[in-house]
Amino acid sequence: MPQVALTVNGKQHTVEVEGRTLLVELLREKLGLTGTHVGCDTSQCGACVVHVDGRSLKSCTMLALQADGCSVTTIEGLAKPDGTLHPMQEMFREHHALQCGFCTPGMVMSAIDLVQMHPEGLTEAEIREGLEGNLCRCTGYHNIVKAVAAAWPLMHGKPAPAAAAE
Amino acid sequence: MGFEGIGASVKRKEDPRFLSGRGHYTDDINRPGQLYAFVKRSDRPHARITSIDTAAAKSAPGVVAVFTGADMQADNVGGLPCGWQIHSKDGSPMAEPAHPVLAVDKVRYVGDPVAVVIAENRQQAKDAAEALAIDYQDLPAIATVLDAVKPGAATVHDDVPGNQCYDWHIGSKEPVDAAFAGAAKTVKLELVNNRLIPNAMEPRAAIGDFDPSTGDYTLYTTSQNPHVIRLLMGAFVLHIPENQLRVVAPDVGGGFGSKIFHYNEEAIVTWAAGKVKRPVKWTAERNESFMSDAHGRDHVSTAEMALDAQGNFLALRVKTLCNMGAYLSTFAPSVPTYLYATLLAGVYKTPAIYAEVKAVFTNTVPVDAYRGAGRPEATFLLERLVDVIAHDIGIDRVELRRRNFIPVDAFPYQTPVALQYDSGNYFATLDAAQKAADVAGFEARRTAAKAKGKLRGLGYSTYVEACGIAPSAVVGSLGARAGLYEVANIRVHPTGSVTVFTGTHSHGQGHETTLAQLVVEQLGVPLSQVEVVHGDTAKIPFGMGTYGSRSLAVGGSAMVKAMDKIVNKGKKIAAHLMEASVEDIEFKDGKFTVAGTDRSKALAEISLAAYVPHNYPIEELEPGLEETAFYDPKNFTFPGGCHVCEVEIDADTGVAQVVNFTAVDDIGRVINPMIVEGQVQGGVAQGIGQALYERAVYDANGQLVSGSLMDYTMPRADNVPNIHVGTETTLCTHNPLGAKGVGEVGAIGSPPAVINAVVDALRDYGVRHIDMPASPQKIWSIIQAGRPRAAAE
Repeated sequence: MPQVALTVNGKQHTVEVEGRTLLVELLREKLGLTGTHVGCDTSQCGACVVHVDGRSLKSCTMLALQADGCSVTTIEGLAKPDGTLHPMQEMFREHHALQCGFCTPGMVMSAIDLVQMHPEGLTEAEIREGLEGNLCRCTGYHNIVKAVAAAWPLMHGKPAPAAAAE
Repeated sequence: MGFEGIGASVKRKEDPRFLSGRGHYTDDINRPGQLYAFVKRSDRPHARITSIDTAAAKSAPGVVAVFTGADMQADNVGGLPCGWQIHSKDGSPMAEPAHPVLAVDKVRYVGDPVAVVIAENRQQAKDAAEALAIDYQDLPAIATVLDAVKPGAATVHDDVPGNQCYDWHIGSKEPVDAAFAGAAKTVKLELVNNRLIPNAMEPRAAIGDFDPSTGDYTLYTTSQNPHVIRLLMGAFVLHIPENQLRVVAPDVGGGFGSKIFHYNEEAIVTWAAGKVKRPVKWTAERNESFMSDAHGRDHVSTAEMALDAQGNFLALRVKTLCNMGAYLSTFAPSVPTYLYATLLAGVYKTPAIYAEVKAVFTNTVPVDAYRGAGRPEATFLLERLVDVIAHDIGIDRVELRRRNFIPVDAFPYQTPVALQYDSGNYFATLDAAQKAADVAGFEARRTAAKAKGKLRGLGYSTYVEACGIAPSAVVGSLGARAGLYEVANIRVHPTGSVTVFTGTHSHGQGHETTLAQLVVEQLGVPLSQVEVVHGDTAKIPFGMGTYGSRSLAVGGSAMVKAMDKIVNKGKKIAAHLMEASVEDIEFKDGKFTVAGTDRSKALAEISLAAYVPHNYPIEELEPGLEETAFYDPKNFTFPGGCHVCEVEIDADTGVAQVVNFTAVDDIGRVINPMIVEGQVQGGVAQGIGQALYERAVYDANGQLVSGSLMDYTMPRADNVPNIHVGTETTLCTHNPLGAKGVGEVGAIGSPPAVINAVVDALRDYGVRHIDMPASPQKIWSIIQAGRPRAAAE
């Protein structure tokens, strides 16, 4: 079987996988990182979003072998070693942006990338559009949008621009 | 510690694990030596199985076993039971055809399980399933309720002529007929309640585990009610006694009703684990969720109202045809009867009501409870009808509602359709919603929208629902085959921390927080020292699970009862320790005090004495501080309220967007306002989904066309607005918390508010009614057909 060598949450792994193994299967089944979820089979739901080399990616759309040499961050790798949560995780809790928790890991990973990609600020409409690839059946999105907006100033270390604050 | 009791928006105790990827969902569990099951499903809506050749699949790499319906039948495995029996008008019991776990002889819907392949890994099981050779002889299929009742229609079950499950009625026909005969005006509406696919984000999963040394089975499953699954599967399907069957429902990723029912795959993995003597795991792919999770709604109805000259409702007549799917799912027969037709009075004092409900079988996935279950169908019918009446007789829709509301002083109010509402104030929720939605400013917003080429409309829904399911004796007399009480066991540990074992189940509702707040309130223990355990039949005495917005009203009330027992016992211990009379002991804020003195003992001192009984009334009291209570509710609870929706329609494309949504609900006592808001917002989003986006579609031959998330439109972040939530409280009068329930109000109240807004936006285009979902195509066609000639040129 072919091998893939990759870094996941700062730790190096070399794993044998079938050619058809998806990145999400590698994470869940070979590395036991079950925080990344599988919610669909058509890349529609976003529950499996992780960061690959710093960008969000649906890990069901990438073969494990394609991640060779890549650095992957999953929901388990977001908090600091001392357990301090990432500001996005904190704001999800603060604003009750999760209920059953199943979409949450993917939602958080997508939201972090969205905020990072928009240092100029994000309007509510931009947040909603930016999260279009992630389905949530519980919250109605209202509190997720609030949490992402609240995480922006914490992640960028400055107040949100006036236009985006609404 | 700040305020953490009833009424505090404390942050959820469950969040840290979910936010850090440490949730524990069924598919996250792996048992040593675990095998994987792939369920081979019918791709035919209706066919005779002429042969199944398993030889090639059995010899495929990694395959351990292949089982078919014949194997289960030979092993005396029973069919899936139905938990509710309805009797028809003529007194005859409903048709209850056999529901085999794996199909025998015939398949009856696309998705019907035919065989299971068990292999060392998931891919091997899936690959081997491709090698199964199944020969079918296709039979004519029934895709819709209207097809099912046509004369000469094909039959889904040979032993069910005419495809009729039951033909039921409620209310009184004669007074309704008389009222119609003498009415100043009658208004009639035909409407469809669209079929929905629940789509909890976590696909269903199940792991069967068998210990050959003891004969014990364990089932890990994505269930809202593990004890019910143990009862149904153990007693009726696999014949395993309770002491040898443990059912664990760990973290569950959303349910919305779809995870109440006992499903084929639970029995398959449990039985197969016993056969192959190794754990067997099955996890649904999303396409399997579409074709095997019970669907919701699917009604075709006619509603007629008789009115006097002043617009007072005199009588309501309803005829509904509803879909059971191919087999009876666990609670399917109760949904369009006792959870639907009993709600047809709504918030109105209509004196006479008669409803007929005919349930039929079709070659589709079984249909059962989905968020709201019956009450959204009743609410949509009534609230659309009321708007149509206002339209037809030319009266203001709000005035018409107010004129017919049940007066505030009429509670308890006995409806003509069995229910007795204990409390409510529909005027208060309407007033508050109008204010919060700035209805006064709407015409200005409509004008402003018009300037941008948008058609803006405003819609109302004023509703009541019944939840807190349910008084056992009442539902027993109505056909329920189970009791519907709830159970709580409260254990005060020696140092005063508390574990709550509840028979309810949390799959997003935040019970680990809300239920803990009840302990903070009643026993004075800080939230951090309260743990709530749910979802494991080995830990919890018993329980009926979570559905019908019952967890707080029924499960919370059981906790209150158990804590009352704790306090009573604590008083006896305190009286002994402080050498006082029991009658003189008061309990408040976690302290037992001798009345009128400064002598007191903290709960932790009492619990320590209970577990270290050196100085203890041992002759009169057993050691320990742990109590169990069963609470059987006296009545349903009746949340209600008013939803106001504003939509904007792009006249060029027909796309409707909800731009404002206000929900003001009366849910009784609020424990955690933050969680309440979240429940309403989520429910409203599902209601907006039903109204504008979602529809399960079968083609004429019974093929599921909307079988993936690419074909079935789920609401996304940019499809829903911010949702303003308010509450106006009247307390439930018959449970100790005064709680009514909040889980379903959003999904029940919202769909007609959305459609009423869409119809209002299109009022210049001659439209009286639009069925859900109000898709762009539907709206665009209305705009094209109704466009004034000058504008079209």
